[in-house]
Formats: sequence, C-alpha cells, structure tokens
Amino acid sequence: MKNKKQKFYILLATFFSMLFISSCEVVKEYQKNRINDSEMALSARRAEKNELNFMSYKEGAAGANGGKTGGGCGCN
Amino acid sequence: MKKISLTLIGLYLLFVHGFSQVSEQYSNMFKAKPLKLEEINLVTSYYTQDGNHSAVTGGIGTEKLTDFANMLELKLVGYSDKGLKHTFLAGLGVDHHTAASQKWISSTGASSPEGTRVYPSLNWTVQNEEKGNEFGIGTYYSNEYNYKSFALDAHVGYKNKSGGELGFKTSAYFDKVVLIYPSELIPTSTTELAPTYNYETIKTSASRGSGGTIVNGVNVVESTHANIPTSPRNTYTSSLTLTQVINKSAQASILLDIVKQDGWLGLPFHRVYFTDGTEKIENLPHSRLKIPIGFRFNYFVGDNLIIRSYYRYYTDDWGLKSHTVNFEVPYKITPFFSISPFYRYYTQTATKYFAPYKQHLATETYFTSNYSSAAFSSSFYGTGLRIAPPNGIGNTYLSTLELRIGHYTQTTDLNSNVISLHFTWK
Repeated sequence: MKNKKQKFYILLATFFSMLFISSCEVVKEYQKNRINDSEMALSARRAEKNELNFMSYKEGAAGANGGKTGGGCGCN
Repeated sequence: MKKISLTLIGLYLLFVHGFSQVSEQYSNMFKAKPLKLEEINLVTSYYTQDGNHSAVTGGIGTEKLTDFANMLELKLVGYSDKGLKHTFLAGLGVDHHTAASQKWISSTGASSPEGTRVYPSLNWTVQNEEKGNEFGIGTYYSNEYNYKSFALDAHVGYKNKSGGELGFKTSAYFDKVVLIYPSELIPTSTTELAPTYNYETIKTSASRGSGGTIVNGVNVVESTHANIPTSPRNTYTSSLTLTQVINKSAQASILLDIVKQDGWLGLPFHRVYFTDGTEKIENLPHSRLKIPIGFRFNYFVGDNLIIRSYYRYYTDDWGLKSHTVNFEVPYKITPFFSISPFYRYYTQTATKYFAPYKQHLATETYFTSNYSSAAFSSSFYGTGLRIAPPNGIGNTYLSTLELRIGHYTQTTDLNSNVISLHFTWK
C-alpha cells in the first residue's frame, strides 16, 4: 500500500480495534441470552446470501462479508 | 455374624453403586453419536433489474435481467468416541437467469438470452467443543455455459473463555472462462488461437441451438461446445476473522480478506467501442489484488430492539476504492416474530481502465465499458420478517421462516428488486 491515507486508515482501524477489545467485560454463559439471540449473530443472514451475490455482480467491491470475494461464477 | 454379613453386603452394594455412577459419567462423555440430519436450509430468491449500460453492447443498451436463485443445504452432525463434533454441510445451488443483453452476443440478436448455473458444495468441520477449537475443509463446483469453477478451502478457528473467537480461512478457485466472443469479433484466423481451435467447426455459442450460420464467408456448422477454447482464471483468498463479546448486550467482529486473482479477468463477450469508431472485446490486466476490510457491531437495546451495523472499506490495484455502510434494526414484536427494516449505502471510485461508450482511445492497452467498474453510488433498502416459534411453525419441523424484500438503485440508473425466502427445518 503506497498511499499514506490508506496506511493512516488502517492504523486508525487497528487502534480502535485494540481499544475496543481491551475494554470488554467477561460475560458468563448464563448471561449470554441476548448475545446468543439468532439476530445478534455477527454474520450476514442466510436470506441475504443471494442479495450479496447480486450486489457483487453489479459492484466492483466484494469480500469481508462472508460472501464472494471473486471467482466461482462468470459474473466478473 | 448375620450383622457382619449384612454390613459387608451393604458396604459392597454401596461401593458398586458409586463405581457405576463414575463409569456412567465417563461413558456419557465419550459416547459416539452417529451422523444425524440436524437441519435443512432452503433459500430461494427472485431478482429483477433494469438499466441502460450493458457491457455486452459496449456500455449502452438494456440491462434487463431476471434471476431465480435457489440454494438447498443439508447439515449433518455426529460425535466421535473422543467427544469431537463432526459437521457435514452438503449444498446444492441452481440459478436460472434471463438477460436481454445476452442475446446481443450475436450481432443479429440471435443468441440465447437464458442460462442456468448449477453449483454443488461439500464442507466438513471437526470441533473440540471443550477446548473451543475447530478445523474444516470444503470443496465447491460450479457449471454454467460460459464458465466452469472448482474450488477448495480450509479453515481453522479458536474460541477463548473471555468471549473471543479467531478464525482463519483460505480458499482457491480454479476457474475456466469459455471464450465466447461477440459474433462479429470471432477471430478469423486459426493462428490467433490455440492449435486445437478449429474455426470451421465452431458456431458462436451466442446462436447455439438455432441452426447453421455463415460468418465471415465461412460455413459454420453446428457447434460442439467442447471446441470453444477456455482460458483460466484463478482466485486465491485468505480471510481473517476476529470476534469479541463486549458486554451482555454487544459484540463485534473484524473481517479481513486478501484476494489475489490471475488469468482472464474480464469476460470475452463484453464489447468496447473506441473514439475512432473501431470495436474490440474488453481487455483487462491478468492480475488483481483486492483488500476488503469489514467491521460488524451488533447491540441489543432494551428488551426488543437490536441494532446490526456493518462497514467495509475496499481497495484494489486497479484503482477502485469503495465504502459500504449497512444498518439493520430488527424489532421483536414477540420473542418469536420480528420485523427488520434495513438500509445499505455503497459508493465506489472507477477503476483505471473504465470509460463509457466510445470514450476509450484505440491506443489504450487495457479498457472496459463494464459499469461495475465505473464511479457510482448505490442505495439498497427494504425490510425483513422472521418467524421462529419454539415448537415450529404450525407444530411442524419448519422451525424458521424469513422473508426479505429490497429495492436497489445506482446513480448509473440501474435499479433492481429482490425478494428472498429462507426456510429452516429442524
């Protein structure tokens, strides 16, 4: 990555991630009823799968969402 | 004597009872369970779009398209005698599309506007639930008239006791692009192609199934698809995922992909028109490096509301940069019924190789008029409904039903609608 702005964004993202993770509290299993709710899952819904594919065909970007990153179909 | 005998018998029985409890616990811990069908998922979607910048016709022309996509997945779970959990996912996808622009692969509009893609997949994961680690491998195949794909992947994961998870996945796609050219641009000399390419026995696949055609004065007989040459396209991806529970109501994740592609990265039936009136098929570099990084943050507000958020930054070495922001707000009307409005905003810069219809110079080395490489912004909004009663819908095995509808618009005047249904049987 040659661009200084890109390097800055990545460093900033890394900094906030570290800060974020270090401020977490330990949650016991019996306290995880909200965390374990199916709509709290940290992934795209299964019902979104085809939507993500359609968007990757018509947009230049792909990836970092559990979906296609490239390859697999003649969709460029 | 009698008392001593009874006491001894009583002690013996007590001893045997205690030992049988221990052996039962141990035997439960390591009892193997055979593979059992645990879950079936079916996702079916109907997609329609329209626009005026078809890449087949050089960046102008209809982009009208419909796609009916279906994915069925079976999940089988079993346990080994060492207590390891084995999960098999067997998937089968079938998509059928109709694209108005596809018939113009032939300059006469005689090409078939339809196509079907079939894509099976198989994945196996082994987990040590006590230690929190897992390993898995998978394979994928896709077949459609103009494209064949075969992929392998492997992943590892680790969970710690403080609610963190680390995952790493690597995959490789070994694809073949079938070199179907626009009819007027099929090479007339066999020396331009691989020695096995016999022009006189090829009909453009654009007019497959509709009889013989005279092209450039040569009688082109009924084609055999196997005669059309292919070119490889390979995609290698490494993905890192870090997930962390923040507190009782919030959790977040970071996703980083590094994607390297090489080979034929365009599509051979995409036309490009130049300022001097000449025409070629698009020509793109034979390698591409893509780096998307995404963040998810989900927060449970109060008793009924969840905020699901997502941001992605993307950059590649073709000059394209993009930002994606997505918000979804599921509201639980009851614990088993929720409604989820959502909004997604996307913006991208153009690649170095894009120019609209008749804006490319004939002296350029790389060129495309495919509007997925143009600069634009888009919005996607809609809502979802989810029903998941504890005893199944109507007391059947259908445990979850989800419906999503959405409308998508781009500043390029492309617009589309999609409706998806997701069924889960347990």
